[in-house]
Parts: sequence; structure tokens; C-alpha cells
Amino acid sequence: MAINTSNSEPSDFGRWWMRTTYVRAAYLYLIPSFVIMSVITFYPLLYQVWMSFTSYDITNLRINSDPPEWVGLKNYIDILSGALSAKVTNFDFVRILSFNLIWTFTNVPIHVVTGVLIAVLLNTKGLWFKGVYRAIYILPIVLPTLVIATVWRNMFDQTNGAITLGMISLGGLFNIPPEVFRIRWFESLDPPFALFLPWQPLPWSFYAMLIANIWLGWPFMTIVATGALQSIPSDLYEAASIDGASGVQQFFNITVPLIRPAMVPAAMYGIITTFNLFNFIYMMSRGGPLGQTEILVTQAFKIVNAQQLYGVAAAFSVLIFFILLGLTLLTNAITKGTERYDI
Amino acid sequence: MTFERGLPWWKQLVLQALALLVAFSVLFPVLWIISMSLDPRNLSRPTELNLIPPGASFDAYLKVMDKPTANPVTFTELAINQLKLAGGVSLFAVAVAILAAYSFSRFDFRGRRSLMLTVITVLMLPSIASIAPLFVLLNRASFSDPETGRIIFNLRNSLWGVGLALTSGQLPFAIWNLKGYLDTIPRELEEAARIDGASPNQLFFLIILPLATPAIAVTAFLSFLSGWTEFAISWQFLNQPQDFTLAMSLYNMTGPFSSDVPWSRFAAMALLVAAPVAVVYLLAQRWIVSGLTIGSVK
Repeated sequence: MAINTSNSEPSDFGRWWMRTTYVRAAYLYLIPSFVIMSVITFYPLLYQVWMSFTSYDITNLRINSDPPEWVGLKNYIDILSGALSAKVTNFDFVRILSFNLIWTFTNVPIHVVTGVLIAVLLNTKGLWFKGVYRAIYILPIVLPTLVIATVWRNMFDQTNGAITLGMISLGGLFNIPPEVFRIRWFESLDPPFALFLPWQPLPWSFYAMLIANIWLGWPFMTIVATGALQSIPSDLYEAASIDGASGVQQFFNITVPLIRPAMVPAAMYGIITTFNLFNFIYMMSRGGPLGQTEILVTQAFKIVNAQQLYGVAAAFSVLIFFILLGLTLLTNAITKGTERYDI
Repeated sequence: MTFERGLPWWKQLVLQALALLVAFSVLFPVLWIISMSLDPRNLSRPTELNLIPPGASFDAYLKVMDKPTANPVTFTELAINQLKLAGGVSLFAVAVAILAAYSFSRFDFRGRRSLMLTVITVLMLPSIASIAPLFVLLNRASFSDPETGRIIFNLRNSLWGVGLALTSGQLPFAIWNLKGYLDTIPRELEEAARIDGASPNQLFFLIILPLATPAIAVTAFLSFLSGWTEFAISWQFLNQPQDFTLAMSLYNMTGPFSSDVPWSRFAAMALLVAAPVAVVYLLAQRWIVSGLTIGSVK
């Protein structure tokens, strides 16, 4: 800055330039991300909205092919009214959405409750081998979901699966014939519990996946709960037991309210993850039998991958977006989790 | 009589029984898959449960390393493809995202709130839900020989295309996750440096970047993990065997046309896919687990 020695007072522009150093930096640092996202994220998503109003399919894929026909709301109407089932076998929007919700809201509460109880068990003062148990209990988180789902699918194999073989040898002790345990988990259409949810009986494959996903889901909740449990001062429990509170009373009046702030966001995270658990369901039940365990994202993938109806898939994805938006806002409102978003 | 302060022996016994039961249920599938992978008999399917199969050996691993599926690719080639994909996407996304995260976390400017809302909104959408437009658009980037009309390169049908599609979802995730971390770093140090006249670049390179290194490593690992197990986009985009990935082959070994794949080989494959990420996870457990919640929940 040797040029400016005669006049030490900076010009108006210079002052403005100095003052906005940090604001300019803020925008500069955002440029790379937003340029890249504009090309590969925002533009495709807007393009998807346009696609959803067209009959985009495999004939429009080639470079010089005719542009797809504008069909207005037809794709949306076909999806919601069920007319799409003429092109996509076993398609039923209401069934898929309600199964998706049942799947989510059966899994997550079980994960949270099991996770908290096991965390309390592990946090008991004077329990031996805590370190060993902690090391074992982390395994389901550590292994990739994709691998877990393929392994569990084979575990439930009707003739050679470990679950089947294990149940047969256990049943043998009580003289139960092995045929009882040869369940066609992924093919059987007969619901094991006819009275449970009479309007939408859930097939065996739902229960197989529920068992596998409980195995997969609770350890994360245990870790979150353990962190919260260890920050509860032990004087609270001492004071309570002096006052004569039982273990159960202490659990509901001290433990539960104090770990709630940690468990609520973890449960919200669990709800969104479970709702979109693509790899797990696609690898385990593959949506079967007859599409009964299809969730929104697995169905969306099949419309692209198997049916190659890109316009319909786009409309379906737009619907998924609004359903997820609704679900997120709903869980946020119920749990008041929004306060934790630091915007 | 008590074994340790506050825990009567019968209580210790009951709790140990419970903890053992949980441990057994966790270990059951893991031990089953390990035991199957060691089975040397090349049986199509196991017919009994045993912890260590008679004559245990690593044969199945050797066969899987050589040629896991019917496609003419070795395990190493598949692993390299998966590594390119997961590693490339993760490094690129984190390198770009840390800049945006710094801006969002440390500066106040017009439009900050709406830009952040844009990122969260995109983040909410699962990657499957943008597969159709990405497939169609990347398929346009196709170059063919002008004389023969044969396609020389199609961006969609390459690891580059899959990488772009993955980055589309990983970048918003990395921005949000890193921003969550940066928010937890106290500002005192920077404020002092700012008063001393440090420029925004100096603050970033000399203060934020060193402090954020663990966060960057964890975010990169989480992003790597999702690339390592990415299935849907690769399966939809790729159809040349030399581009195939581990996740696709694992699906091939359990999918609808896999009835002739011996389970010992499937088991060996499953363990080989899981092992690298599981080992990193176990070693860096403490940091990763806290990182799982910070961005996605906070």
C-alpha cells in the first residue's frame, strides 16, 4: 500500500471495502458448494418437478429422441387413485404409505425402550464385565446395514436358516415336530396374527424384518441413553432412596425425565432413518410377498429400475418429498424438537 | 453377602444373565456367518448349527477373492471400484463442504437463513428420490463415435456418473454435519484473533481448520461409509462388469438368481465387505458415535 502514503484517510469505497471484508468472505466461502449443488442437486430436483408432469419413459432416453409428452397431473392422479397398478404390479399407494408408517412406528418405540433398558442395565453400579458387554453391544452399529440385511435374509431361510435350525433344535427338546418351524417367512401370504390390524394384515416377512431391525436398531439408542445416564448426578438417586423411593419409582421419576432431552432427538433421527430404510428392506424382503412390505423408497426405486417409468417415478418422488416434509414437521411439532435447530 | 458395594449376589446373577442373553442375541448372527465362511465342504446350504465346522479352512475366502460372482471381475477390482467411489466422493464433498460450513457457522449475512433452509430441505430427501432425474440427465452426457455410432463414453454408465450422483446427496450432508461441529467450537480464540486484525482466511486456515480436524475426519468417514455400502444408484446406473462394486456383487450373491451360490462364499464375501469399515469404526468408536448424532439431529 505504498501508493497511498500521501493521504492516510481511506476513500469511501475503501472504507466500505474494509467494512464488508467478513460479509464478502462469507459469500466467497459458500460459492463452491452452491455452484456444485446448483448443477448436481438443485437443477435435477427442479427438472424432476418438470418430469413429473410428463410421460417421460425409456423412449425419451436417447439423445435425439422426441421430448416427452406433457400430461399434466396424470402421473399424480394415477399414483393416488391406484390406476398405476395397471403398469406396476401390486401397486397400491395407500397400502404402501400405511405400511411405511406402521413399519416406522412399530420399530422406533421398540428401539428406544429396549435401548434405554439395556443402557440402564449396563449402567448398574458394580455390574461385572461392563467393558466386555459394551464391546459386544456395539457390533450391530459397526456392521454395514447392507451386509446385515443379506445375512438376516439367509438366517430366516425356511430350510437352512440359522433361525429355523435353532428353533427346530430348541423345539426338539419339547417334542415339537420340526415342520412347525419351517415357516416360509418371505413367501407366505397368511398373516401370523389375523386379528392384529384387520384392515391391513401384516405378513410373516414384516415380522422377520421387525426382528432383524430391532437387532440393528437398539444399540444406537443404548449409546445415546448411556451418555445421558452418565450425566445424571448420583446424589439424586441417593436422596430418592433415603426418601424410600423404589427402583421403579426412581426410574420413572428421575431417569426418564432426565434422559428425555437426549432421547427425543435420537428418536426423531430414528424415525426418519427407519422411514427411509432402503438398503435393509430391498435386501431383506425385497418388498415381498406381492409388494406387501414395500415402503415408499423401495417402490420409487422399482418404478425407475424395473418399470423404467421416469415421469411416474418423478411424480412419486415429489410426493415422497411432501410426505417427508409432513412427517418431519409433525415429529418436530410433537416433540418440540424444533427448538434444537440452530438457525 | 455382597460381591461389590451396593449389589447383592442375587442381583448380580440376574443382571449377568440378562446381559449374557443380550450378548448372545447380538453375537448369534455374527458367529453364524463367521462359522459358515469357514466351512470347507462347499455345501450349497448348511444343514446344522455348529460354531466351528469340521475341517474349518479359508477356502471360501480364497474363492471369493478370485471371482465372487459369475461376472469376470475379481474381488480386488470390485473393491477398488468401491474405494474410488466412496473415497472420491467423501474427500471431494468434505473439502468443499468445510468452506460452506465455516461460512454458515461463523458469519452473519443476508440470505444465511434461507440458504441454510435450502440445504436442510435437500438433506431431508433420500437419495433414491432423486434417482430418476439424475439418471436421465447424466445419460445425456453420452459421446459416440461419429462414424460407427457406437457409444464411446456415457457419463451415466461410469463410476464418474455414480460419483456425481452420490455427491449430490453427500455434499448437503457434509455441510450440515460440519456446521453442527463448528457450532460447538468456542469462538473466544477467533474473536481475539479478529481484534488483532486477522483476515477471514487466516481465521479459517490457522484456527478453524486445525480445531475441526477430528470433525472433518468423522464426517469424511460417515460419508465414506455411505459410499462403501451404496447400492441403488450403482445398480441403476452401471452395466459394464468392470465398473461393478462390492455392494452390487453382494446383492448378486443373495438376490433372486443366486440359488447356486454356496453360502460359505456368500458368508466370506459379507465378512470381507464388512471388515474394513467395521475395523475403522471399532478403533474410532468414541468420535464416530458422537458424530452420528451431531449433524443429523442437532
